[in-house]
Amino acid sequence: MTEPSASPRPIRVSVNGVDHERTVEPRLLLSDFLRHDLGLTGTHVGCEHGVCGACTVAFDDQPVRSCLMFAVQADGHRIGTIEGMADGETLHPLQMAFWELSGLQCGFCTPGFLITARDFLARNPDPSEQEVREALSGNLCRCTGYQSIVAAVLEAARRLRQAPLAGLGKS
Amino acid sequence: MSEIVLSATPAHLRHGSNIGQPLTRRDGILKVTGGARFAADNHPPGMLYAVLAVSSVARGRVAALDVAAAKAHPGIVEIMTSANKPPLALDPDAKTNPFMRRLELLQNDRVRYANQPIAVVIAETLEAATEGAALLSPRYEEEAPRVRLDAAESFVPPAVGVGHPSEAEIGDVETGLAGSLRRIEATYETPTQFHNPMEPHAIVAAWDGDALTVDTPSQGLAMAQARIAELFGIPAENVLVRSPFLGGGFGCKGLFTGPQVLGIMAARLVGRPVKLVLRREQMFGPVGHRAPTQQTLRLGTDADGALLGLSHHTRTASSTFDDFFEPASDVSHTLYASPAIRTSYEAVRLDTGTPTFMRAPGEASGSIALESAIDEMAEACGMDPLAFRLRNYAELEPISGKPFSSKALRACYAEGAERFGWKARPLRPREMRDASGLLVGWGVGTATFPALMFQGQARAVIRKDGTGIVETGAQDMGQGAWTALAQIAADGLGLSMEQMEFRSGASNLPDAGIAGGSAHTATAGMAVAGAGADAIAKLAALATGDERSALFGAGNAGVIARDGRLFRRDDESRSESYADILNRAALAEIEGRGSSAADPIAQANYAMHAHGAVFAEVKVDPELGQIRVTRLVGAFAAGRIINPRLVRSQYYGGMIWGVSFALHEHGEIDPRSGRPMNPNLGEYHVPVNADIPSIEAILVAEEDRHVNALGIKGVGEIAITGTAGAVANAVWHATGRRIRRFPITLERLTEPAPR
Ligand code: FES
Ligand code: FES
Repeated sequence: MTEPSASPRPIRVSVNGVDHERTVEPRLLLSDFLRHDLGLTGTHVGCEHGVCGACTVAFDDQPVRSCLMFAVQADGHRIGTIEGMADGETLHPLQMAFWELSGLQCGFCTPGFLITARDFLARNPDPSEQEVREALSGNLCRCTGYQSIVAAVLEAARRLRQAPLAGLGKS
Repeated sequence: MSEIVLSATPAHLRHGSNIGQPLTRRDGILKVTGGARFAADNHPPGMLYAVLAVSSVARGRVAALDVAAAKAHPGIVEIMTSANKPPLALDPDAKTNPFMRRLELLQNDRVRYANQPIAVVIAETLEAATEGAALLSPRYEEEAPRVRLDAAESFVPPAVGVGHPSEAEIGDVETGLAGSLRRIEATYETPTQFHNPMEPHAIVAAWDGDALTVDTPSQGLAMAQARIAELFGIPAENVLVRSPFLGGGFGCKGLFTGPQVLGIMAARLVGRPVKLVLRREQMFGPVGHRAPTQQTLRLGTDADGALLGLSHHTRTASSTFDDFFEPASDVSHTLYASPAIRTSYEAVRLDTGTPTFMRAPGEASGSIALESAIDEMAEACGMDPLAFRLRNYAELEPISGKPFSSKALRACYAEGAERFGWKARPLRPREMRDASGLLVGWGVGTATFPALMFQGQARAVIRKDGTGIVETGAQDMGQGAWTALAQIAADGLGLSMEQMEFRSGASNLPDAGIAGGSAHTATAGMAVAGAGADAIAKLAALATGDERSALFGAGNAGVIARDGRLFRRDDESRSESYADILNRAALAEIEGRGSSAADPIAQANYAMHAHGAVFAEVKVDPELGQIRVTRLVGAFAAGRIINPRLVRSQYYGGMIWGVSFALHEHGEIDPRSGRPMNPNLGEYHVPVNADIPSIEAILVAEEDRHVNALGIKGVGEIAITGTAGAVANAVWHATGRRIRRFPITLERLTEPAPR
């Protein structure tokens, strides 16, 4: 049995395909690690308790709330953030559709929606409108762009079905 | 602004190719890639983290803080309390104009509401600062809080909203009601609501001697700059406020708040840049809320359903130390014709933070009550609710008798009803069921919001390479100012969007006025258009007075600016490029200035409002009382539409806020402790995707020649009004139950009817 300890410990995390080695305190949240230590500020913090979804990142390709995890839990794992969603200069079809169809207003919730939707479409490439609504109901948009967000996800799904390779980001 | 009139029709107004286009957001790519930099994303070198310690009691004083324990925690740099806070040049409780809040800046040990800041912990890391705040373990001398709207002694507020009279009457309401054949009287209650933009208030403050740079979301950059300058006793030009993107505002980022000032004070105290971000629960207190109301409506009609009297009385609350009274009754001034209308207010003072503007302040709370009462009156008359509204359609603004500058509300009713299929609605409630046995109800509500304008300024430059720059310190909180204002700016200069650089979002640019009151596009847009027109006028003067120019002598006929060229209005084959004109004059650039304000003559002669009609369908489980909105159609007329795509987004957002008002939002305050009981997004319910059906927003054509030269009314707030009432009325139509306490929840719907 190991003693719980507050002393910093080394971690190694792959973020958007790049390895990072840092020494962090166990109490450091994954969201704050990404934002403060790595400067990846596209991951937003809206509620700090897992409700709003703004902080959603991909953890070994699964969407997770980075405000509900500690950085040390990411040791040895792969994290995908919004900064890694585009393929170089080429936007992911979801990013493109959100932009073109006004799936965003203030844009604070947008990264979380995009990461959640990417995972959803990977599992359900041809969803109904109702399925999109259900799948995205763990993300809050106060502005509130639900109508256009759903439209954007359906449109991205259509485009992805036509060109499935367009959706390969790095994570 | 220098006025050089080229002809009766200014060059910039006629030939725009950008205004009216459904462009996607220019900042969209930044926002989908994580590249948009919100305030809390800034991280200047040497920055420290500050965390607020906030009061867990609502009334009393802080008796002790364990500063030593907090300071002993590794990484803590400083604890700012009332004992060591840096001096201010102005009393935080001073109020010199209605557009400022009295602030809690550690000036003493008093606690006047729960979640009030009582100390600021500054540390090398956020984690250390957070722990330090917990280690302060405050002790309080607590007094019994007063937080119930119905408990305290009431008074008549001197004014409501900003400077609106708290009593208004036309005709004699009592006589009107006494002479009515049918009467209703009902009291509606709306709860405390919190804005909860997804981005919490945040500030990064960096001092350099007596100069200060702050990154913070602000709906009023110039006001923020002035407020900071007077609090710290430094010249306004020493203060740079940057707010290129707000993660939503909805009013709570309008007037500068205490926590933002505390961030600046903390940076001053430690001599290093400081970042302070509110935790979500800290958004429930120091940054404003929508005050609760109790509204009593009394209506009476003649035998034909024509209103003879309308009385709208609101009881609301402000804090114990500052004034903001939700102007809920005022909505009854403008919507329905009645020979006698009376609006009145009473208020109490509660141990809460000070309420403030929240998306459609007054209009939203007032509208849900008025639209419910109108439905109750229609029912009492045995009339269809839409027919009843048309029966009482106001051709003139009832309270003032003024004509409307424009009012396409009839078209809104007609187009909305047609699309919704309103004709098939049974008059009586509880008559529709869907295939699975759910009760189905249809409701309508009228939407209204005043067309306001503040004062704004802008600067435009045409450079000798033919490109342009337009600057105004506008604020984009999601509504799309970066895009819509750039469209107006490009048209003002006669350039394409690509040939023009639009600068915005900082306090060192011309003051664009506040992003509030749905007035920003009109205010900043008119300033931007004016600046462009001024620059074009100067350019035209250069050309038309120069015999080497193809435009020489065009003075009286005038010129048109388009695609980077000036054309003779009477002979478009004669034209010259901006670059040629400037190069011949050996000028590197030419500058124009624009300013805007409401036209007092038009205001004196016309009532100016946007209007709309919203139709809602709900389904209610007859056993469980579960309510779902299944259809929503809104039709809105708001003058000239700069960008239909952005405007539709505003309508959708407003309509969803209306659903939220009717069915979800409720800030609960514990009557014993005075604390918010649901200060988080898990328990303070706002709709998620699955709560909202596919909705439709129809843009009804409307031309307004009086509101401003561009014909722009506002669109940001109107859709909440009308929608909230439509949903409430649909619930009645589905169930036969009239719930008068909002939000309408399943427990309220299933509890036994009173009386
Ligand atoms: S910040 Fe993580 S879910 Fe809201
Ligand atoms: S776009 Fe502002 S919260 Fe979703």
